[in-house]
Amino acid sequence: MRIDVNSFVGAYPFRKVPGTSPDGLLRSMDRVGIDQAWVAHLPSVFWRAPADGNAWLYETAGRQARFRPVPAVHPGLAGWEHMIAGAFSAQAPAVRCDPMYYGLDPVGSEMRALVKVCGKEQVPLMLAVRLEDARQRHPNDRAGELPPWAVRTLVRSDSRVRLLITHADRPFIEEVHFGSTPEESARIWWDISWVWGPPEDHLETLLGTIGVERFVFGTGQPLRLPETSIAKLDLLDLTKEQRGAIESQNVVTDICPL
Amino acid sequence: MLIDVHAHFLHDRSPRSDWPARNASRLRAGDRVGITVHVASILGSWGATSPIYFPSPPDIEYGNDFLLQLQRTNPARIRGYAVVNPNFTTHALAELARCLDAGMIGVKLAASRRANDPLLDPICRVARERGVPVLQHIWQHRRREYPGQEASDATELGALAARHPGVNFLLAHIGGGGDWIYSLAVVRDLPNVFVDLSGSGVDGGMLEACIEAVGVNRLLWGCDLTIDTGWAKLRYLEHILTADELELVKWRNASRIFPPTAFPTD
Repeated sequence: MRIDVNSFVGAYPFRKVPGTSPDGLLRSMDRVGIDQAWVAHLPSVFWRAPADGNAWLYETAGRQARFRPVPAVHPGLAGWEHMIAGAFSAQAPAVRCDPMYYGLDPVGSEMRALVKVCGKEQVPLMLAVRLEDARQRHPNDRAGELPPWAVRTLVRSDSRVRLLITHADRPFIEEVHFGSTPEESARIWWDISWVWGPPEDHLETLLGTIGVERFVFGTGQPLRLPETSIAKLDLLDLTKEQRGAIESQNVVTDICPL
Repeated sequence: MLIDVHAHFLHDRSPRSDWPARNASRLRAGDRVGITVHVASILGSWGATSPIYFPSPPDIEYGNDFLLQLQRTNPARIRGYAVVNPNFTTHALAELARCLDAGMIGVKLAASRRANDPLLDPICRVARERGVPVLQHIWQHRRREYPGQEASDATELGALAARHPGVNFLLAHIGGGGDWIYSLAVVRDLPNVFVDLSGSGVDGGMLEACIEAVGVNRLLWGCDLTIDTGWAKLRYLEHILTADELELVKWRNASRIFPPTAFPTD
């Protein structure tokens, strides 16, 4: 069983990307052997009201058993709390928020309010550090990257919240993990999509220093080739249990059951 | 056969105390991926005693010597690019002669001098005379100066390539950061510029854009600092290319631009 917690459907505004349709995502999943994808609506990351993409996302995921929707929540817009209830009824495994793209202070009052509700309702909150390499972004794609101190601050702001952080690299992960108490870091999971493999061996190092239990399988597709996350696991000498933990068990056990 | 046209090794005078582990990791991962030959360079002291992209002549010699030794101890798996700093013309030309005579198979130009600068001309003349390609470090669309390097982009490499039509150039790491769309538009009509697919970038659509821009005959497979991303691109190419096209990217194009005796024959 392989679950991709970090995938998108819908067009990207800043460059041509193949495979952005639901069918394209399915073909990609079949190509690389992904059983289930947690899917976010890519265009609405850039909308003034990102939750406007949730209805289409729910409808799309409702037609495909291998998709699980990850709806967007903008905590600066009135009525956002209803999105959490909507996520429940749509059996969403998490909600996502992209504060840097929404123009929100990543540790401001809106984000803290969202964290409190997610903690109270036990809905995991997904945050992306970035979507593309900063060196290649479109000149008008100027949102900053999510800073590590924001993750540290958010996980401290509610003792129940669980955070799923995607697109983080080794320095980011280490800064947050070792800048948090064991209780805090036990409520953070990292997807492996942006962590380097050999010869720098960042993923191998992190699995040894931080622990297999903190990592989950994610790809960032279709903005990134999903083959990458599989290749970096294939380049490790993992036991069957370790690989299974990363590819699905950590998700199923600790974040959201199937 | 699979040739990685963009590899690096570290050495004992680099700032990295883990250099043996990193070198071993590259070879171990290469075995798992199926890399037949790593064509590598060492950029001086990697910043220990002169800057990575502005290596001093003594650091260049030490790095090249270390790589030659690696090539000798791993004759089936490692080949070398001779690293030179064009600001030291006399030294650069002597180092080229020394390293190519000793068995290196290409020239690595990092970012010591802009690619369109006339100081690169004597180096390119040697490359033509010796029949070796030039791997040019590229910032995909250089919009400004960057600290620590005199970076070049595809336009600047294109000017050099136009002045030296008898030399084959590798535009380094199309996935290595920066606007690869810009680079591909520039090199589309430059027949002696080959696109090196290495780099940590694995953008969806990038490989299709490379194929569309320069065709499979001017693509070269490589990894640079991340073998996982190189393997991912290779796996994806297996789905979008025919078997014959894939062979071109994996090694046949490389065998065409490097010296005839550089690699084992198929």
